[in-house]
Amino acid sequence: MGRKEENIKKAKELRYIPEKIRNIGVVAHIDHGKTTFSDNLLAGAGMISEELAGEQLVLDYDEQEQARGITINSAAASMVHQWDGSEYLINLIDTPGHVDFGGDVTRAMRAVDGAIVVVCASEGVMPQTETVLRQALRERVKPVLLINKVDRLINELQLDAQEMQQRFVKIITEVNRLIKKMAPEEHREDWLVKPENGSVAFGSALHNWAISVPYMKKTGITFKDIYEYCKNDDQRALAKKAPIHEVTLNMVIEHLPNPKESQKYRIPNIWRGELDSKIGKAMTECDPKGPLALMVTKIIIDPHAGEITFGRVFSGTLKEGQEVQVVGMTKPSRIQQVAVMVGDDRITVEDVPAGNIAAISGLRDAYAGATVTTEPDMESFESIRHISEPVVTVRVEAKRPADLPKLVKVLRDVNKADPSIQVSINQETGEYLMSGMGELHLEVTEYRIKNEYKVDIITSEPTVIYRETVKQKSPKFEGKSPNKHNYLYVEAEPLEESVKKALLEGELPQNVKKHKKEIAKKLEELGMSKEEAKGVFAIVGTNILTDVTKGIQHLFESKELLKQAFEEVCATGPKAAEPLQGVKIRLVDAKFHEDAIHRGPAQLIPAMRNAIYGALTLAKPILLEPMQKVFISVPHELMGSVTREMSQRRGTILDIKNEGDMSIINAKAPVAEMFGFASAIRSATGGRVLWSTENMGFEVLPEFLQDEITRKIRERKGLKPEPYPADYYAG
Amino acid sequence: MLSFVGLGLWDERDITVKGLEEVRNCDVAYAEFYTSKMGVGIERIEELAGKKIHVLSREEVEDGERILHEAEKKHVCLLAGGDTMAATTHVDLRIRAVERGIPTRVVHGVSIVSAAAGLLGLQVYKFGKVVSIARPQPNFFPLSPYDAIRDNMTMGLHSLLLLDTTGGYMTANEALELLLEMEERKRENLIGEDTPIAVVARISSDDALARAGCLGELRKQDFGSTPHSVVLFGKLHFMEVRALVTLAHAQEKIFKK
Ligand SMILES: Nc1nc2c(ncn2[C@@H]2O[C@H](COP(=O)(O)OP(=O)(O)OP(=O)(O)O)[C@@H](O)[C@H]2O)c(=O)[nH]1
Ligand SMILES: [Mg+2]
Repeated sequence: MGRKEENIKKAKELRYIPEKIRNIGVVAHIDHGKTTFSDNLLAGAGMISEELAGEQLVLDYDEQEQARGITINSAAASMVHQWDGSEYLINLIDTPGHVDFGGDVTRAMRAVDGAIVVVCASEGVMPQTETVLRQALRERVKPVLLINKVDRLINELQLDAQEMQQRFVKIITEVNRLIKKMAPEEHREDWLVKPENGSVAFGSALHNWAISVPYMKKTGITFKDIYEYCKNDDQRALAKKAPIHEVTLNMVIEHLPNPKESQKYRIPNIWRGELDSKIGKAMTECDPKGPLALMVTKIIIDPHAGEITFGRVFSGTLKEGQEVQVVGMTKPSRIQQVAVMVGDDRITVEDVPAGNIAAISGLRDAYAGATVTTEPDMESFESIRHISEPVVTVRVEAKRPADLPKLVKVLRDVNKADPSIQVSINQETGEYLMSGMGELHLEVTEYRIKNEYKVDIITSEPTVIYRETVKQKSPKFEGKSPNKHNYLYVEAEPLEESVKKALLEGELPQNVKKHKKEIAKKLEELGMSKEEAKGVFAIVGTNILTDVTKGIQHLFESKELLKQAFEEVCATGPKAAEPLQGVKIRLVDAKFHEDAIHRGPAQLIPAMRNAIYGALTLAKPILLEPMQKVFISVPHELMGSVTREMSQRRGTILDIKNEGDMSIINAKAPVAEMFGFASAIRSATGGRVLWSTENMGFEVLPEFLQDEITRKIRERKGLKPEPYPADYYAG
Repeated sequence: MLSFVGLGLWDERDITVKGLEEVRNCDVAYAEFYTSKMGVGIERIEELAGKKIHVLSREEVEDGERILHEAEKKHVCLLAGGDTMAATTHVDLRIRAVERGIPTRVVHGVSIVSAAAGLLGLQVYKFGKVVSIARPQPNFFPLSPYDAIRDNMTMGLHSLLLLDTTGGYMTANEALELLLEMEERKRENLIGEDTPIAVVARISSDDALARAGCLGELRKQDFGSTPHSVVLFGKLHFMEVRALVTLAHAQEKIFKK
């Protein structure tokens, strides 16, 4: 039996022993070496040839990943590792580092229990390091640290052994500062990474070696030795003495939790059902005999095998041929085939028990974020909220009109495989709009549609997605139903900053109806008045609808309709039909017709819509624009070209640091002005530049642009150029 | 001048003589049938009145501007089924007309409220709130009819149920299923299989029907073509029981419980 076949056999056995499983993600800032590292782990475990690892990057199998040299899709792989006399199954997910693909990182974090945070020794902790760490900690995923590219410190930056260690200390201190700041309270101390206990490793993914303090003690290798090996160009020898897979996988097994341990504290965080119920208990205990509960974290559309659904089994055992319910779907589905990853191959098995990551074929109803179960009425898992939302849009058109039906289907598939891509139709113009996290994200998706799905498309220049909010509190506004028999009275005002922040952070349960009490309590703690907190009956994004009326007849049975109108308005604000953000809508009074037939959907939805639009219009609506942080590192002499480039783009320089002969510039700029930045900055600096960006939410669009941009958006959407005055909504 | 003319309940011959004269003498005649439908088409009325009658959509009546604008200069008639002033929309229109200085006139027609009671032999002063049964729609399943019926019953009053006409006439059978669904949701033990009720159909036509019996029994019966209405009983007077037995084929024992 070859090593690979042996591994398959072992992996199949180990899947039944949760204590012997580690589900981990590899996360980092872009280019810090995640994929090189992951490949080398696979090679070390004999899953792929050592020659290929680190060179070809088998986990970046996609054509565009190879061409661009970056990871676009998270990829799952597994290996078997021996530690302390017994064997362990490591299920690993290599995640992308580019911000545009950050949604995939967030989703992968739901599947794993631990994360290896990779930090490039020479670049240090970067903004995206903070972001991925936050994504992990928010999901109660425990981190360990790998300081990578140590060879560069020695061979490129020419640091001596002393300086090298200082650099390590700086990185570790910074990472721990972030963990302290963002970890769940009960883990702020015990999740800190410490070299002395072996939760930090230092190494070179490219040259296949790594070291940790316990490993140094065991083998007698010192930092000084490492320095010498690198200096003397003998990293091959070092890789023999301290293989990266050995050192880092030891760290993983020793310091990252197994599914049984982690589900105890992870389940209450990702599921708001009754913990004492049968399914609640089965999940916290990771019980393979309990009812099935699985959360879908990723869907790939495989050219041969079709749609493959990846998900984490939290309880029960997933079986071939089993009938399951995708929560929210009307009909049950049947599982055709189940598989686990071994190496980078899917290996079909009969069953996948709790604590594993499973690959399923034939689950057409599934989507990333779906709950799959055998327990009728199971409360779904909390949805996976990514830190930022799509901010860039293009119009998409089929080159040949006959291809339109095909395009519609392809767009649906694209969204399924990558939920960070959102597709919508402009109701006014009938155009298809595709939104994504950034220019690159859309470019990659466009390429995919043309070359993988083979539909010829034309896309427009990208535009950004704005938000609307309000500046002040409006007076009471009356909205009438078309039959004029029902009046609704509404006020609009800016939502409390503290509440908005909590909503952005996902701190409130998503199902308002089920968790009314808990939400009211939390909102009151955040500073909302008791009356308003108690009345909340819809939350959409960072917008809240609350009922502060008392004893109004027929209101109860009308609420779902009022909520529906509120949801519509949240998607298209009054100013430019852009989504609302940070708005509080108060229902202060209502007059209903006695007869139910006169206050059905056709009457109450328009009445409420008009009431909210009118109130918003009186509350001084303003546009917010998406902003980006930009980090640029250039030789000192090119600083001028960079600041010039930034100021042409309405950018603000926040901070400039010098490191050696490089300047590190920390700036922010509107996303709208950053289109084409990649080539502009390259030509301005003759290519001698390293840069990255990070989405940082929305800020008020400068006053002098408000009217002009509003008009532009409205015209593009086929609306009348000026927003309507409040009277228009009075009916 | 704006005249509201009630057409009554079934066909062209249900209009009053006064109403017919009003239509014949006016400059423009409009009709609307969304607040109340009739058994026959508009053509028969047009023929009888010798005049083109324009049927308005719900939006046109609710908006009302077109009617009011014309009524400022001409004599406009608005025809509607039943007794027109039962519809809030028409009251609204009349108020707006008066506010603008347009003279108005009302010509009544037969109303389902008195006709249903009459056909069953029930006493009109023993009816409580009239209740509409709306067809459920996404996010809309009103339970207020149940509350209204309960309030009526508590006071010993009968409830006349008018059935939704949007999306096609609702049959009595459909309405009875909805009542049971409401009971299922509210569980106040108000309505069940053995609750005595009455159904009337096609009032004012030659084959008008009146049936009383237990809900469980009636919900399986076919009452023929629509429109249908349903009555739930409060406390029955012995005269009313006699009428239901004699005029609506009820078995006396069902009222004994
Ligand atoms: N010198 C040196 N280069 C390395 C090391 N690890 C990775 N690299 C190089 O860094 C570049 C990026 O490596 P990847 O493994 O693609 O990085 P990544 O983190 O997966 O990148 P994304 O997935 O796009 O975020 C490649 O050119 C690697 O060869 C290392 O330890 N030393
Ligand atoms: Mg990568």
